[in-house]
Amino acid sequence: MNLHIAAQINSFLAALVLLTAFGMLVQKRVYGLIHLFAWQGFFLSLNTAIVGFVADRHHLYISSVLTLSLKVFLLPYILHVLIHRLKIRKEVETIVNIPTTMMIGIALVIFSYHLTAPVRELSNLVTRSTIAVALATVMLGLLMMITRKHAVTQIIGFLALENGLFFAATSATYGMPLVVELGVALDVLIAAFIFGIFFFHINRTFDSLDVEQMARLKEGD
Amino acid sequence: MNLYPFAAEMLQILIILAIAPAFVGWVRMLKCWLQGRTTAGLFQPYRDLMKLFAKDVILAENASWIFRFTPYIVFGTATLAGGIIPMLSVDLPLAASADAIVLVALFAIARFFTSLAGMDIGTAFGGMGSSREMTIASLAEPAMLMAIFTVSLAAGSTSLSQIVQVVFSGQSVLRPSLAFAFLAFVLVSLAETGRIPVDNPTTHLELTMIHEAMLLEYSGRHLALFEWAGMMKLTLFMALGAVLFFPWGIGTGSIIASGLAFVFLLLKLAAAGIVLVLIETGLAKMRLFRLTEFLGSAFLMATLGMLSFFILE
Repeated sequence: MNLHIAAQINSFLAALVLLTAFGMLVQKRVYGLIHLFAWQGFFLSLNTAIVGFVADRHHLYISSVLTLSLKVFLLPYILHVLIHRLKIRKEVETIVNIPTTMMIGIALVIFSYHLTAPVRELSNLVTRSTIAVALATVMLGLLMMITRKHAVTQIIGFLALENGLFFAATSATYGMPLVVELGVALDVLIAAFIFGIFFFHINRTFDSLDVEQMARLKEGD
Repeated sequence: MNLYPFAAEMLQILIILAIAPAFVGWVRMLKCWLQGRTTAGLFQPYRDLMKLFAKDVILAENASWIFRFTPYIVFGTATLAGGIIPMLSVDLPLAASADAIVLVALFAIARFFTSLAGMDIGTAFGGMGSSREMTIASLAEPAMLMAIFTVSLAAGSTSLSQIVQVVFSGQSVLRPSLAFAFLAFVLVSLAETGRIPVDNPTTHLELTMIHEAMLLEYSGRHLALFEWAGMMKLTLFMALGAVLFFPWGIGTGSIIASGLAFVFLLLKLAAAGIVLVLIETGLAKMRLFRLTEFLGSAFLMATLGMLSFFILE
């Protein structure tokens, strides 16, 4: 595979990651959200494998497989089980309406493009053009955490944000050292379990996963 | 002076006029097959048109000149648009003088006059249809223009012939910007041609009508012209998508190349019909108030296409 084609596939996958990030932003159903998250993980792992092939960094294959197993199968499965057990309503509630969120999202993409322009100038990697997309994915994950009321959707936003960070590491420096990546993967997994426990507690205390209910906490008795 | 481009131009307009009803017939046939009904055949739209042309025109007493002229304007703009889009050959005199923005404007003129005509008689349904049509147009047009701008950026020109040539000779197949623009174009063309998630072309229920509501008062040859123009618009949008994003086999000047381009065009239209019917059968008509999200996502796709042109290419 020559470098030019690899760069093209890389940027195409980056575009797909961005598309799924926006898809999550506008998706109204929880299950649809989880599927989109799984797709994003899939594109990410494919992209990592291709970067690993092009740059001849074999540890990237390991992180690619790790991403595939963790973010495409395990985490979506855990979330599915959680939603099923907690009998959550399937509709996602947003704070800001969806067209406005889209506009903010577009503004964030432009912002991250400008922010990463100096990095792009300095870098000479094949993947340098995707740094902006990676940062945009981080920002969109953050935006999703801010604009959603529901704890589960906020967690998905957090996981999407982590996807963006992983993508940024791959595209800016051909990935972090394997030890760090293993640590992060483990952290995310543990975080998912802790979130699950938290969901149960929040649900039992407030009879809902709407985090606005937590405002009641401060009226201490 | 080389007369060949002019001949190709005339030929293309005639072909579009001729095959548009057949394309609509093909779409209806596929839909019937998918829903397990008996089809009326590929040529039923021709019979419908002939029947309408033979009937008398009945005009309301308070119909103004707008009402009478609109069918001709709509039909004329559709025919002109058929001359602008390079389908048989990229070397067309009209395609050289008018670019993609003119094309969008032509469709806008047709829509403007249709809406005026819908309100002209003063019936409730006509006004309702006009208002809905304008609501959709105000959302669909920016997305359409954005998609076209994205493709123009990638090709470095707004001229349709130029775009087709650049995409045809393109070094890359995997251009994210073109993929996004294509997705946006698909969503917008469903809205512009009044197909199912946006409008139901076969509805008989006035309250759910959008495009049909404006034509309720038309009869005879006026209605025939509207129907024919509608068929051409559908065919043209499909052909535009085919030549912009999949320009394989487009002719570059000779007669044989144009003949080949015609065969390719028919194949591509047949495939586009299948995709259209699959979309229409798989989806239900949306509520009117959800259309902002539908067309908003079209706009989002087009904008993402433009951004990814700057970021990734």
